[in-house]
Amino acid sequence: MSAESGTRTIRVDYLARVEGEGALYVKVRKGQVKDVQLKLFEPPRFFEAFLRGRRYTEAPDITSRICGICPIAYQMSSIQAMERICGVTVSGPLSDLRRLIYCGEWIESHVLHMYMLHAPDFLGYPDALAMAKDHPDVVQRGLRMKKCGNQLVTLLGGREIHPVNMKVGGFYRVPLKSELATLRPELEWTLAAAVDTARWTSQFTFPAFESDYEFVALQHPHEYAICEGRLVSNRGLDCSVDEFEQHFEEQHVERSTALHCVRKGGTPYMVGPLARYNLNFDRLTPLARTTAQDVGLGRACHNPFKTIVVRAIETILACEEALTIIDRYERPDRPAVDVHPREGRKSGCSEAPRGICHHTYRIDPQGLIQDARIVPPTSQNQKRIEEDLRQLLTAHAELPADRLQWLCEQAIRNYDPCISCSVHFLKLHLDRT
Amino acid sequence: MTPQHPLVIGVGNAWRGDDGAGPAVVRLLKRCGCGGARFEECAQDGAALLALWEGHPFVVVVDAVLSGAPSGTLHKFEAQRETIPSQFFNYSTHAFSLAEAVEMSRTLGTLPARLILYGVEGENFSFGRRLSRPVRKAVHHLARSLTRELTTDGGHHDT
Repeated sequence: MSAESGTRTIRVDYLARVEGEGALYVKVRKGQVKDVQLKLFEPPRFFEAFLRGRRYTEAPDITSRICGICPIAYQMSSIQAMERICGVTVSGPLSDLRRLIYCGEWIESHVLHMYMLHAPDFLGYPDALAMAKDHPDVVQRGLRMKKCGNQLVTLLGGREIHPVNMKVGGFYRVPLKSELATLRPELEWTLAAAVDTARWTSQFTFPAFESDYEFVALQHPHEYAICEGRLVSNRGLDCSVDEFEQHFEEQHVERSTALHCVRKGGTPYMVGPLARYNLNFDRLTPLARTTAQDVGLGRACHNPFKTIVVRAIETILACEEALTIIDRYERPDRPAVDVHPREGRKSGCSEAPRGICHHTYRIDPQGLIQDARIVPPTSQNQKRIEEDLRQLLTAHAELPADRLQWLCEQAIRNYDPCISCSVHFLKLHLDRT
Repeated sequence: MTPQHPLVIGVGNAWRGDDGAGPAVVRLLKRCGCGGARFEECAQDGAALLALWEGHPFVVVVDAVLSGAPSGTLHKFEAQRETIPSQFFNYSTHAFSLAEAVEMSRTLGTLPARLILYGVEGENFSFGRRLSRPVRKAVHHLARSLTRELTTDGGHHDT
Protein backbone atom coordinates (compact mmCIF):
# COMPACT_ATOMS: atom_id res chain seq x y z
CA MET A 1 0.00 0.00 0.00
CA SER A 2 1.29 3.43 -0.89
CA ALA A 3 1.23 5.76 2.12
CA GLU A 4 0.83 8.80 -0.08
CA SER A 5 -2.06 7.69 -2.22
CA GLY A 6 -3.62 4.94 -0.14
CA THR A 7 -3.55 2.84 -3.27
CA ARG A 8 -2.88 -0.84 -3.09
CA THR A 9 -2.19 -2.96 -6.08
CA ILE A 10 -1.93 -6.69 -6.00
CA ARG A 11 -0.46 -8.43 -8.93
CA VAL A 12 -0.28 -12.14 -9.57
CA ASP A 13 1.74 -13.11 -12.57
CA TYR A 14 -0.44 -15.96 -13.56
CA LEU A 15 -3.24 -17.93 -12.12
CA ALA A 16 -2.28 -21.53 -11.52
CA ARG A 17 -4.47 -24.58 -11.77
CA VAL A 18 -6.70 -23.54 -14.60
CA GLU A 19 -6.44 -25.31 -17.92
CA GLY A 20 -4.40 -22.97 -20.04
CA GLU A 21 -3.37 -19.41 -19.67
CA GLY A 22 -4.97 -16.00 -19.21
CA ALA A 23 -5.19 -12.91 -17.02
CA LEU A 24 -7.61 -11.09 -14.80
CA TYR A 25 -7.56 -7.41 -13.89
CA VAL A 26 -9.56 -6.18 -10.93
CA LYS A 27 -9.79 -2.51 -9.90
CA VAL A 28 -11.24 -1.56 -6.51
CA ARG A 29 -11.62 2.04 -5.33
CA LYS A 30 -12.73 2.80 -1.77
CA GLY A 31 -14.37 -0.56 -1.43
CA GLN A 32 -16.26 -0.18 -4.72
CA VAL A 33 -15.40 -2.54 -7.54
CA LYS A 34 -14.80 -0.34 -10.55
CA ASP A 35 -13.60 -2.81 -13.10
CA VAL A 36 -13.25 -6.55 -13.61
CA GLN A 37 -11.69 -7.73 -16.85
CA LEU A 38 -10.83 -11.21 -17.91
CA LYS A 39 -7.94 -10.70 -20.30
CA LEU A 40 -7.10 -13.22 -22.94
CA PHE A 41 -3.98 -12.80 -24.96
CA GLU A 42 -2.78 -16.07 -26.41
CA PRO A 43 -2.75 -15.81 -30.19
CA PRO A 44 -6.07 -16.82 -31.71
CA ARG A 45 -6.18 -20.38 -32.76
CA PHE A 46 -7.77 -19.86 -36.14
CA PHE A 47 -9.38 -23.26 -36.00
CA GLU A 48 -12.46 -21.97 -37.75
CA ALA A 49 -10.25 -20.82 -40.61
CA PHE A 50 -8.30 -24.11 -40.69
CA LEU A 51 -11.55 -25.92 -41.32
CA ARG A 52 -12.58 -24.02 -44.44
CA GLY A 53 -11.96 -26.07 -47.54
CA ARG A 54 -11.45 -29.31 -45.57
CA ARG A 55 -13.75 -32.28 -46.00
CA TYR A 56 -16.67 -32.58 -43.61
CA THR A 57 -15.25 -35.87 -42.37
CA GLU A 58 -12.10 -34.13 -41.14
CA ALA A 59 -13.85 -31.80 -38.69
CA PRO A 60 -13.92 -34.26 -35.74
CA ASP A 61 -10.18 -34.94 -35.82
CA ILE A 62 -9.21 -31.32 -36.46
CA THR A 63 -11.46 -29.85 -33.76
CA SER A 64 -10.42 -32.47 -31.19
CA ARG A 65 -7.03 -30.76 -31.25
CA ILE A 66 -8.54 -27.63 -29.72
CA CYS A 67 -8.41 -29.19 -26.28
CA GLY A 68 -6.43 -31.98 -24.67
CA ILE A 69 -8.88 -32.20 -21.77
CA CYS A 70 -12.18 -32.39 -23.64
CA PRO A 71 -11.49 -33.63 -27.19
CA ILE A 72 -14.61 -35.83 -27.16
CA ALA A 73 -16.81 -32.76 -26.77
CA TYR A 74 -15.33 -31.21 -29.90
CA GLN A 75 -15.57 -34.44 -31.85
CA MET A 76 -19.14 -35.07 -30.75
CA SER A 77 -20.42 -31.56 -31.52
CA SER A 78 -18.82 -31.50 -34.96
CA ILE A 79 -20.00 -35.03 -35.80
CA GLN A 80 -23.53 -34.19 -34.75
CA ALA A 81 -23.59 -31.06 -36.92
CA MET A 82 -22.29 -32.95 -39.97
CA GLU A 83 -24.75 -35.81 -39.53
CA ARG A 84 -27.61 -33.35 -39.20
CA ILE A 85 -26.55 -31.63 -42.43
CA CYS A 86 -26.33 -34.99 -44.20
CA GLY A 87 -29.66 -36.20 -42.83
CA VAL A 88 -28.19 -39.11 -40.89
CA THR A 89 -29.32 -40.36 -37.50
CA VAL A 90 -27.13 -42.62 -35.40
CA SER A 91 -28.96 -44.67 -32.82
CA GLY A 92 -28.82 -47.92 -30.84
CA PRO A 93 -25.41 -49.29 -29.78
CA LEU A 94 -23.49 -46.66 -31.76
CA SER A 95 -25.31 -43.90 -29.94
CA ASP A 96 -24.67 -45.72 -26.66
CA LEU A 97 -20.96 -45.96 -27.40
CA ARG A 98 -20.82 -42.22 -27.96
CA ARG A 99 -22.42 -41.60 -24.60
CA LEU A 100 -20.04 -44.12 -23.06
CA ILE A 101 -16.87 -42.45 -24.32
CA TYR A 102 -18.28 -39.10 -23.26
CA CYS A 103 -18.81 -40.53 -19.76
CA GLY A 104 -15.11 -41.40 -19.77
CA GLU A 105 -14.25 -37.80 -20.61
CA TRP A 106 -16.49 -36.49 -17.84
CA ILE A 107 -14.86 -38.84 -15.32
CA GLU A 108 -11.28 -37.93 -16.21
CA SER A 109 -11.95 -34.20 -16.50
CA HIS A 110 -14.13 -33.87 -13.39
CA VAL A 111 -11.77 -35.94 -11.24
CA LEU A 112 -8.71 -34.01 -12.38
CA HIS A 113 -10.44 -30.77 -11.53
CA MET A 114 -11.85 -31.83 -8.17
CA TYR A 115 -8.73 -33.50 -6.80
CA MET A 116 -5.82 -31.74 -8.45
CA LEU A 117 -7.10 -28.24 -9.09
CA HIS A 118 -9.98 -27.24 -6.84
CA ALA A 119 -9.84 -29.25 -3.59
CA PRO A 120 -6.55 -27.59 -2.52
CA ASP A 121 -8.41 -24.24 -2.50
CA PHE A 122 -10.92 -25.51 0.04
CA LEU A 123 -8.40 -27.29 2.24
CA GLY A 124 -5.95 -24.40 2.37
CA TYR A 125 -3.16 -25.83 0.25
CA PRO A 126 -1.35 -23.96 -2.50
CA ASP A 127 -1.52 -27.00 -4.77
CA ALA A 128 -2.24 -30.71 -4.99
CA LEU A 129 1.35 -31.59 -4.19
CA ALA A 130 1.13 -29.92 -0.80
CA MET A 131 -2.26 -31.54 -0.25
CA ALA A 132 -0.82 -34.97 -1.09
CA LYS A 133 1.73 -34.68 1.73
CA ASP A 134 -1.08 -34.56 4.28
CA HIS A 135 -3.69 -36.57 2.38
CA PRO A 136 -1.87 -39.15 0.25
CA ASP A 137 -4.76 -41.62 0.32
CA VAL A 138 -7.18 -39.01 -0.98
CA VAL A 139 -4.90 -38.08 -3.85
CA GLN A 140 -4.31 -41.76 -4.67
CA ARG A 141 -8.07 -42.22 -4.84
CA GLY A 142 -8.38 -39.32 -7.28
CA LEU A 143 -5.60 -40.62 -9.47
CA ARG A 144 -7.16 -44.08 -9.64
CA MET A 145 -10.58 -42.61 -10.51
CA LYS A 146 -9.09 -40.49 -13.26
CA LYS A 147 -7.30 -43.52 -14.64
CA CYS A 148 -10.65 -45.29 -14.94
CA GLY A 149 -11.95 -42.46 -17.13
CA ASN A 150 -8.77 -42.60 -19.20
CA GLN A 151 -9.23 -46.34 -19.73
CA LEU A 152 -12.74 -45.81 -21.05
CA VAL A 153 -11.60 -43.14 -23.49
CA THR A 154 -8.60 -45.22 -24.56
CA LEU A 155 -10.64 -48.34 -25.25
CA LEU A 156 -13.29 -46.54 -27.28
CA GLY A 157 -11.20 -43.75 -28.73
CA GLY A 158 -8.06 -45.66 -29.61
CA ARG A 159 -5.95 -43.53 -27.29
CA GLU A 160 -6.61 -41.45 -24.22
CA ILE A 161 -5.58 -38.11 -25.62
CA HIS A 162 -6.96 -36.78 -28.89
CA PRO A 163 -8.82 -40.02 -29.58
CA VAL A 164 -9.04 -41.05 -33.21
CA ASN A 165 -11.80 -43.66 -33.39
CA MET A 166 -14.91 -41.49 -33.69
CA LYS A 167 -16.14 -40.46 -37.11
CA VAL A 168 -19.13 -38.94 -38.87
CA GLY A 169 -21.60 -41.85 -38.92
CA GLY A 170 -20.20 -43.77 -35.94
CA PHE A 171 -16.82 -45.30 -35.22
CA TYR A 172 -13.94 -46.76 -37.20
CA ARG A 173 -14.01 -49.80 -34.93
CA VAL A 174 -16.50 -50.83 -32.29
CA PRO A 175 -15.38 -52.83 -29.25
CA LEU A 176 -16.27 -56.42 -28.49
CA LYS A 177 -18.68 -56.95 -25.63
CA SER A 178 -15.91 -58.77 -23.80
CA GLU A 179 -13.59 -55.77 -24.15
CA LEU A 180 -16.13 -53.47 -22.55
CA ALA A 181 -16.73 -56.00 -19.79
CA THR A 182 -13.09 -55.69 -18.70
CA LEU A 183 -13.83 -52.11 -17.63
CA ARG A 184 -16.64 -53.13 -15.28
CA PRO A 185 -14.70 -53.85 -12.06
CA GLU A 186 -12.79 -50.58 -12.14
CA LEU A 187 -15.96 -48.64 -12.99
CA GLU A 188 -17.71 -50.18 -10.00
CA TRP A 189 -14.80 -49.15 -7.79
CA THR A 190 -14.84 -45.64 -9.28
CA LEU A 191 -18.58 -45.36 -8.72
CA ALA A 192 -18.11 -46.11 -5.02
CA ALA A 193 -15.18 -43.69 -4.91
CA ALA A 194 -17.30 -41.00 -6.56
CA VAL A 195 -19.90 -41.36 -3.81
CA ASP A 196 -17.09 -40.99 -1.25
CA THR A 197 -15.89 -37.95 -3.20
CA ALA A 198 -19.33 -36.34 -2.99
CA ARG A 199 -19.38 -36.90 0.78
CA TRP A 200 -15.81 -35.62 1.12
CA THR A 201 -16.34 -32.43 -0.91
CA SER A 202 -19.69 -31.71 0.74
CA GLN A 203 -17.82 -31.34 4.05
CA PHE A 204 -15.75 -28.44 2.75
CA THR A 205 -16.45 -24.93 3.98
CA PHE A 206 -18.12 -22.99 1.20
CA PRO A 207 -18.10 -19.20 0.99
CA ALA A 208 -21.62 -17.86 1.53
CA PHE A 209 -22.25 -16.70 -2.00
CA GLU A 210 -25.17 -17.03 -4.36
CA SER A 211 -26.16 -15.22 -7.49
CA ASP A 212 -29.21 -14.97 -9.69
CA TYR A 213 -27.84 -16.99 -12.56
CA GLU A 214 -29.31 -17.73 -15.91
CA PHE A 215 -28.33 -21.36 -16.32
CA VAL A 216 -28.08 -22.69 -19.87
CA ALA A 217 -27.70 -26.38 -20.69
CA LEU A 218 -28.88 -29.06 -23.05
CA GLN A 219 -32.01 -30.93 -22.04
CA HIS A 220 -33.08 -34.33 -23.26
CA PRO A 221 -36.51 -35.87 -22.65
CA HIS A 222 -35.22 -39.17 -21.28
CA GLU A 223 -31.73 -38.73 -19.94
CA TYR A 224 -29.30 -36.28 -18.35
CA ALA A 225 -28.24 -34.58 -21.55
CA ILE A 226 -24.65 -35.13 -22.62
CA CYS A 227 -24.46 -35.80 -26.35
CA GLU A 228 -27.61 -34.05 -27.58
CA GLY A 229 -30.74 -32.16 -26.63
CA ARG A 230 -32.51 -28.82 -26.81
CA LEU A 231 -31.03 -25.67 -25.37
CA VAL A 232 -32.93 -24.57 -22.29
CA SER A 233 -32.52 -22.09 -19.47
CA ASN A 234 -34.20 -21.32 -16.17
CA ARG A 235 -35.48 -18.09 -17.72
CA GLY A 236 -37.64 -19.66 -20.37
CA LEU A 237 -35.20 -20.36 -23.18
CA ASP A 238 -36.18 -23.50 -25.09
CA CYS A 239 -34.77 -23.76 -28.60
CA SER A 240 -33.10 -26.15 -30.97
CA VAL A 241 -29.33 -26.04 -31.30
CA ASP A 242 -29.80 -24.48 -34.74
CA GLU A 243 -31.43 -21.45 -33.14
CA PHE A 244 -28.39 -20.62 -31.00
CA GLU A 245 -27.55 -17.49 -32.98
CA GLN A 246 -31.05 -16.10 -32.45
CA HIS A 247 -30.58 -16.15 -28.69
CA PHE A 248 -26.85 -15.73 -28.13
CA GLU A 249 -24.23 -13.44 -29.56
CA GLU A 250 -20.47 -13.35 -29.51
CA GLN A 251 -18.95 -10.00 -28.67
CA HIS A 252 -15.44 -8.96 -29.51
CA VAL A 253 -13.69 -7.54 -26.47
CA GLU A 254 -10.61 -5.46 -27.15
CA ARG A 255 -8.54 -6.95 -24.34
CA SER A 256 -9.18 -10.50 -25.47
CA THR A 257 -8.38 -12.69 -28.44
CA ALA A 258 -11.40 -14.83 -27.60
CA LEU A 259 -14.96 -13.72 -28.16
CA HIS A 260 -17.27 -13.33 -25.16
CA CYS A 261 -20.55 -15.11 -25.72
CA VAL A 262 -23.59 -13.54 -24.06
CA ARG A 263 -27.36 -13.68 -24.34
CA LYS A 264 -28.81 -11.33 -26.94
CA GLY A 265 -28.97 -8.03 -25.09
CA GLY A 266 -25.63 -8.57 -23.44
CA THR A 267 -26.46 -10.43 -20.24
CA PRO A 268 -24.10 -13.15 -19.05
CA TYR A 269 -25.13 -16.72 -18.41
CA MET A 270 -23.62 -19.84 -16.90
CA VAL A 271 -22.95 -23.18 -18.56
CA GLY A 272 -21.44 -26.29 -16.99
CA PRO A 273 -22.15 -28.65 -14.10
CA LEU A 274 -24.14 -26.23 -11.96
CA ALA A 275 -26.34 -25.25 -14.91
CA ARG A 276 -26.91 -28.89 -15.88
CA TYR A 277 -27.66 -29.87 -12.31
CA ASN A 278 -30.23 -27.14 -11.78
CA LEU A 279 -31.95 -27.73 -15.12
CA ASN A 280 -31.79 -31.51 -15.26
CA PHE A 281 -31.94 -32.70 -11.65
CA ASP A 282 -34.93 -34.94 -12.45
CA ARG A 283 -32.89 -36.81 -15.03
CA LEU A 284 -30.00 -37.73 -12.73
CA THR A 285 -29.35 -41.45 -12.38
CA PRO A 286 -30.72 -43.00 -9.16
CA LEU A 287 -27.55 -43.12 -7.06
CA ALA A 288 -26.48 -39.68 -8.25
CA ARG A 289 -29.81 -38.21 -7.17
CA THR A 290 -29.94 -39.90 -3.77
CA THR A 291 -26.32 -39.02 -3.07
CA ALA A 292 -27.03 -35.39 -3.95
CA GLN A 293 -29.85 -35.40 -1.43
CA ASP A 294 -27.76 -37.27 1.17
CA VAL A 295 -24.99 -34.70 1.02
CA GLY A 296 -27.46 -31.85 1.34
CA LEU A 297 -27.17 -30.43 -2.13
CA GLY A 298 -30.91 -30.08 -2.73
CA ARG A 299 -32.52 -29.94 -6.14
CA ALA A 300 -31.50 -26.33 -6.70
CA CYS A 301 -28.07 -24.90 -6.00
CA HIS A 302 -26.99 -21.33 -6.70
CA ASN A 303 -23.67 -21.34 -4.85
CA PRO A 304 -20.98 -21.70 -7.53
CA PHE A 305 -18.42 -22.87 -4.95
CA LYS A 306 -20.51 -26.02 -4.53
CA THR A 307 -19.83 -26.93 -8.15
CA ILE A 308 -17.10 -29.19 -6.82
CA VAL A 309 -19.81 -31.30 -5.16
CA VAL A 310 -21.90 -31.23 -8.33
CA ARG A 311 -18.88 -32.52 -10.26
CA ALA A 312 -18.77 -35.46 -7.86
CA ILE A 313 -22.49 -36.08 -8.45
CA GLU A 314 -21.95 -35.97 -12.21
CA THR A 315 -19.05 -38.40 -11.83
CA ILE A 316 -21.43 -40.80 -10.08
CA LEU A 317 -23.87 -40.34 -12.96
CA ALA A 318 -21.14 -40.97 -15.55
CA CYS A 319 -20.13 -44.22 -13.80
CA GLU A 320 -23.73 -45.41 -13.48
CA GLU A 321 -24.44 -44.60 -17.12
CA ALA A 322 -21.25 -46.33 -18.24
CA LEU A 323 -22.11 -49.50 -16.32
CA THR A 324 -25.64 -49.55 -17.73
CA ILE A 325 -24.39 -49.12 -21.29
CA ILE A 326 -21.74 -51.82 -20.88
CA ASP A 327 -24.31 -54.27 -19.54
CA ARG A 328 -26.79 -53.80 -22.38
CA TYR A 329 -24.24 -53.51 -25.16
CA GLU A 330 -24.50 -55.79 -28.15
CA ARG A 331 -21.85 -55.25 -30.77
CA PRO A 332 -23.42 -53.80 -33.93
CA ASP A 333 -22.76 -55.47 -37.28
CA ARG A 334 -21.27 -52.30 -38.71
CA PRO A 335 -19.20 -49.70 -36.88
CA ALA A 336 -20.80 -46.78 -38.71
CA VAL A 337 -23.75 -45.86 -40.88
CA ASP A 338 -23.21 -44.63 -44.42
CA VAL A 339 -23.04 -40.88 -44.81
CA HIS A 340 -23.19 -38.97 -48.07
CA PRO A 341 -22.49 -35.27 -48.11
CA ARG A 342 -25.09 -32.77 -49.08
CA GLU A 343 -25.19 -29.01 -49.02
CA GLY A 344 -26.43 -27.35 -45.88
CA ARG A 345 -25.80 -25.46 -42.67
CA LYS A 346 -26.55 -26.94 -39.25
CA SER A 347 -25.36 -26.88 -35.69
CA GLY A 348 -24.25 -29.53 -33.23
CA CYS A 349 -24.00 -29.16 -29.49
CA SER A 350 -22.89 -31.40 -26.63
CA GLU A 351 -22.11 -30.99 -22.96
CA ALA A 352 -18.36 -30.74 -22.47
CA PRO A 353 -17.40 -31.28 -18.82
CA ARG A 354 -17.36 -27.50 -18.37
CA GLY A 355 -20.49 -26.69 -20.40
CA ILE A 356 -22.07 -26.62 -23.82
CA CYS A 357 -19.73 -26.79 -26.80
CA HIS A 358 -21.60 -25.40 -29.80
CA HIS A 359 -20.51 -25.86 -33.42
CA THR A 360 -22.06 -24.65 -36.67
CA TYR A 361 -20.90 -25.69 -40.13
CA ARG A 362 -21.87 -24.99 -43.70
CA ILE A 363 -20.75 -27.50 -46.29
CA ASP A 364 -21.11 -27.59 -50.07
CA PRO A 365 -22.56 -30.48 -52.13
CA GLN A 366 -19.13 -32.15 -52.28
CA GLY A 367 -18.80 -32.05 -48.51
CA LEU A 368 -16.20 -29.28 -48.33
CA ILE A 369 -16.53 -27.00 -45.34
CA GLN A 370 -17.40 -23.44 -46.36
CA ASP A 371 -17.83 -21.96 -42.94
CA ALA A 372 -17.31 -23.03 -39.34
CA ARG A 373 -18.20 -21.43 -36.04
CA ILE A 374 -17.15 -22.91 -32.71
CA VAL A 375 -18.32 -21.56 -29.37
CA PRO A 376 -16.48 -23.31 -26.52
CA PRO A 377 -17.89 -23.36 -22.98
CA THR A 378 -15.30 -21.14 -21.37
CA SER A 379 -15.95 -18.26 -23.76
CA GLN A 380 -19.59 -18.46 -22.66
CA ASN A 381 -18.70 -18.38 -18.98
CA GLN A 382 -16.15 -15.57 -19.15
CA LYS A 383 -18.56 -12.73 -18.58
CA ARG A 384 -20.29 -14.69 -15.84
CA ILE A 385 -16.93 -15.21 -14.10
CA GLU A 386 -16.39 -11.45 -14.19
CA GLU A 387 -19.83 -10.90 -12.65
CA ASP A 388 -19.15 -13.40 -9.86
CA LEU A 389 -15.87 -11.68 -9.08
CA ARG A 390 -17.52 -8.28 -9.06
CA GLN A 391 -20.08 -9.49 -6.50
CA LEU A 392 -17.52 -11.34 -4.41
CA LEU A 393 -15.14 -8.42 -4.28
CA THR A 394 -17.95 -6.06 -3.31
CA ALA A 395 -19.03 -8.38 -0.51
CA HIS A 396 -15.53 -9.08 0.77
CA ALA A 397 -13.74 -5.82 0.11
CA GLU A 398 -12.48 -5.75 3.70
CA LEU A 399 -10.43 -8.93 3.35
CA PRO A 400 -6.65 -8.70 3.31
CA ALA A 401 -5.16 -8.79 -0.15
CA ASP A 402 -3.86 -12.34 0.03
CA ARG A 403 -7.23 -13.71 1.21
CA LEU A 404 -9.03 -11.74 -1.48
CA GLN A 405 -6.72 -13.07 -4.11
CA TRP A 406 -7.21 -16.62 -2.89
CA LEU A 407 -10.98 -16.15 -3.02
CA CYS A 408 -10.83 -14.76 -6.56
CA GLU A 409 -8.76 -17.67 -7.80
CA GLN A 410 -11.04 -20.14 -6.08
CA ALA A 411 -14.07 -18.46 -7.66
CA ILE A 412 -12.55 -18.62 -11.13
CA ARG A 413 -11.84 -22.31 -10.66
CA ASN A 414 -15.53 -22.89 -9.87
CA TYR A 415 -15.94 -22.74 -13.63
CA ASP A 416 -13.03 -25.08 -14.40
CA PRO A 417 -12.12 -22.67 -17.17
CA CYS A 418 -10.56 -24.50 -20.04
CA ILE A 419 -8.56 -21.63 -21.30
CA SER A 420 -6.76 -23.56 -23.96
CA CYS A 421 -10.19 -24.10 -25.53
CA SER A 422 -11.19 -20.50 -25.51
CA VAL A 423 -7.77 -19.18 -26.30
CA HIS A 424 -6.29 -17.63 -23.20
CA PHE A 425 -3.77 -17.51 -20.38
CA LEU A 426 -4.64 -16.15 -16.95
CA LYS A 427 -2.88 -13.55 -14.83
CA LEU A 428 -4.51 -11.76 -11.92
CA HIS A 429 -4.01 -8.05 -11.30
CA LEU A 430 -5.87 -6.66 -8.31
CA ASP A 431 -5.67 -2.89 -8.18
CA ARG A 432 -7.20 -1.64 -4.95
CA THR A 433 -7.36 1.78 -3.38
CA MET B 1 20.97 -59.43 -12.28
CA THR B 2 18.73 -59.31 -15.35
CA PRO B 3 17.97 -55.70 -16.15
CA GLN B 4 14.32 -54.71 -16.34
CA HIS B 5 13.14 -53.45 -19.69
CA PRO B 6 12.82 -49.71 -19.46
CA LEU B 7 9.76 -47.64 -20.26
CA VAL B 8 10.50 -44.59 -22.41
CA ILE B 9 7.91 -41.81 -22.40
CA GLY B 10 7.96 -38.91 -24.85
CA VAL B 11 6.00 -36.01 -23.42
CA GLY B 12 4.60 -33.20 -25.55
CA ASN B 13 2.36 -32.19 -28.36
CA ALA B 14 3.78 -33.21 -31.71
CA TRP B 15 1.69 -30.47 -33.34
CA ARG B 16 3.26 -27.63 -31.39
CA GLY B 17 6.74 -27.26 -32.88
CA ASP B 18 9.54 -28.04 -30.43
CA ASP B 19 7.03 -29.31 -27.86
CA GLY B 20 7.13 -32.43 -30.04
CA ALA B 21 10.77 -33.20 -29.09
CA GLY B 22 9.76 -35.97 -26.65
CA PRO B 23 7.50 -37.81 -29.08
CA ALA B 24 10.14 -37.37 -31.80
CA VAL B 25 12.78 -39.15 -29.67
CA VAL B 26 10.35 -41.96 -28.93
CA ARG B 27 9.54 -42.44 -32.60
CA LEU B 28 13.24 -42.70 -33.46
CA LEU B 29 13.82 -45.21 -30.65
CA LYS B 30 10.88 -47.33 -31.75
CA ARG B 31 12.58 -48.00 -35.06
CA CYS B 32 15.36 -49.92 -33.36
CA GLY B 33 13.29 -51.64 -30.68
CA CYS B 34 16.00 -50.97 -28.09
CA GLY B 35 16.20 -54.44 -26.64
CA GLY B 36 12.60 -54.79 -25.56
CA ALA B 37 12.05 -51.31 -24.15
CA ARG B 38 8.43 -50.11 -24.04
CA PHE B 39 7.47 -46.78 -25.51
CA GLU B 40 4.69 -44.31 -24.80
CA GLU B 41 3.83 -40.83 -26.03
CA CYS B 42 1.98 -38.56 -23.67
CA ALA B 43 0.44 -35.20 -24.50
CA GLN B 44 -1.70 -35.17 -21.39
CA ASP B 45 -1.16 -33.74 -17.94
CA GLY B 46 1.11 -34.95 -15.16
CA ALA B 47 -1.60 -37.15 -13.66
CA ALA B 48 -1.47 -39.29 -16.79
CA LEU B 49 2.31 -39.60 -16.38
CA LEU B 50 1.87 -40.88 -12.85
CA ALA B 51 -0.39 -43.61 -14.17
CA LEU B 52 1.96 -44.43 -17.03
CA TRP B 53 5.06 -45.02 -14.93
CA GLU B 54 3.31 -46.67 -12.01
CA GLY B 55 4.87 -50.09 -11.32
CA HIS B 56 7.80 -49.59 -13.69
CA PRO B 57 11.22 -49.84 -12.02
CA PHE B 58 13.10 -48.00 -14.74
CA VAL B 59 11.62 -45.10 -16.68
CA VAL B 60 13.11 -42.57 -19.08
CA VAL B 61 11.08 -39.42 -19.81
CA VAL B 62 11.89 -36.96 -22.58
CA ASP B 63 10.14 -33.58 -22.68
CA ALA B 64 10.69 -30.14 -24.16
CA VAL B 65 11.78 -27.39 -21.78
CA LEU B 66 12.10 -23.64 -21.93
CA SER B 67 14.64 -22.61 -19.32
CA GLY B 68 16.55 -19.88 -21.12
CA ALA B 69 19.45 -22.11 -22.23
CA PRO B 70 20.42 -22.16 -25.92
CA SER B 71 17.99 -24.04 -28.11
CA GLY B 72 18.91 -27.70 -28.46
CA THR B 73 20.60 -27.90 -25.04
CA LEU B 74 20.03 -31.25 -23.34
CA HIS B 75 19.26 -31.27 -19.61
CA LYS B 76 19.36 -34.43 -17.56
CA PHE B 77 17.91 -35.14 -14.12
CA GLU B 78 17.94 -38.26 -11.98
CA ALA B 79 14.65 -38.01 -10.12
CA GLN B 80 15.76 -40.26 -7.26
CA ARG B 81 18.74 -38.05 -6.54
CA GLU B 82 17.35 -34.55 -6.96
CA THR B 83 14.26 -32.39 -6.84
CA ILE B 84 13.18 -31.40 -10.32
CA PRO B 85 13.35 -27.62 -10.76
CA SER B 86 9.82 -26.40 -11.35
CA GLN B 87 10.94 -23.95 -14.02
CA PHE B 88 11.74 -26.96 -16.15
CA PHE B 89 9.09 -29.02 -17.88
CA ASN B 90 6.43 -26.39 -17.34
CA TYR B 91 5.99 -24.79 -20.72
CA SER B 92 2.81 -26.32 -22.05
CA THR B 93 -0.73 -25.75 -20.91
CA HIS B 94 -0.65 -28.98 -18.90
CA ALA B 95 -2.44 -28.24 -15.68
CA PHE B 96 -0.13 -30.50 -13.79
CA SER B 97 3.41 -30.45 -15.08
CA LEU B 98 6.08 -33.13 -15.37
CA ALA B 99 8.03 -31.59 -12.48
CA GLU B 100 4.90 -31.67 -10.32
CA ALA B 101 4.20 -35.25 -11.38
CA VAL B 102 7.66 -36.32 -10.24
CA GLU B 103 7.30 -34.61 -6.88
CA MET B 104 3.77 -35.97 -6.46
CA SER B 105 5.04 -39.45 -7.23
CA ARG B 106 7.84 -39.00 -4.69
CA THR B 107 5.31 -37.88 -2.07
CA LEU B 108 3.02 -40.83 -2.78
CA GLY B 109 5.89 -43.32 -2.77
CA THR B 110 5.30 -44.37 -6.36
CA LEU B 111 8.46 -43.00 -7.91
CA PRO B 112 10.17 -45.61 -10.11
CA ALA B 113 13.41 -46.95 -8.62
CA ARG B 114 15.16 -45.20 -11.47
CA LEU B 115 13.59 -42.27 -13.29
CA ILE B 116 15.71 -40.27 -15.71
CA LEU B 117 14.33 -37.08 -17.20
CA TYR B 118 15.74 -35.51 -20.32
CA GLY B 119 14.78 -31.97 -21.18
CA VAL B 120 15.33 -30.73 -24.70
CA GLU B 121 15.56 -26.95 -24.76
CA GLY B 122 13.11 -25.63 -27.36
CA GLU B 123 12.68 -22.28 -29.03
CA ASN B 124 9.56 -22.48 -31.17
CA PHE B 125 6.28 -23.75 -29.71
CA SER B 126 3.92 -22.48 -32.38
CA PHE B 127 1.56 -24.59 -34.47
CA GLY B 128 2.97 -27.17 -36.81
CA ARG B 129 4.99 -30.36 -36.68
CA ARG B 130 8.37 -28.86 -37.57
CA LEU B 131 11.13 -29.01 -34.98
CA SER B 132 13.60 -26.15 -35.04
CA ARG B 133 17.04 -27.08 -36.32
CA PRO B 134 18.98 -27.21 -33.02
CA VAL B 135 16.16 -29.23 -31.46
CA ARG B 136 16.10 -31.68 -34.34
CA LYS B 137 19.85 -32.17 -33.92
CA ALA B 138 19.49 -32.68 -30.17
CA VAL B 139 16.63 -35.14 -30.70
CA HIS B 140 18.77 -37.28 -33.01
CA HIS B 141 21.74 -37.09 -30.67
CA LEU B 142 19.65 -38.15 -27.68
CA ALA B 143 17.98 -40.95 -29.64
CA ARG B 144 21.36 -42.36 -30.74
CA SER B 145 22.70 -42.14 -27.23
CA LEU B 146 19.64 -43.79 -25.67
CA THR B 147 19.61 -46.49 -28.35
CA ARG B 148 23.16 -47.48 -27.41
CA GLU B 149 22.41 -47.49 -23.70
CA LEU B 150 19.09 -49.27 -23.82
CA THR B 151 20.21 -51.85 -26.36
CA THR B 152 23.52 -52.82 -24.81
CA ASP B 153 22.70 -53.15 -21.14
CA GLY B 154 19.11 -52.20 -20.51
CA GLY B 155 20.12 -48.73 -19.50
CA HIS B 156 22.12 -49.54 -16.42
CA HIS B 157 24.69 -46.91 -17.22
CA ASP B 158 24.17 -43.24 -17.70
CA THR B 159 24.25 -41.84 -21.17
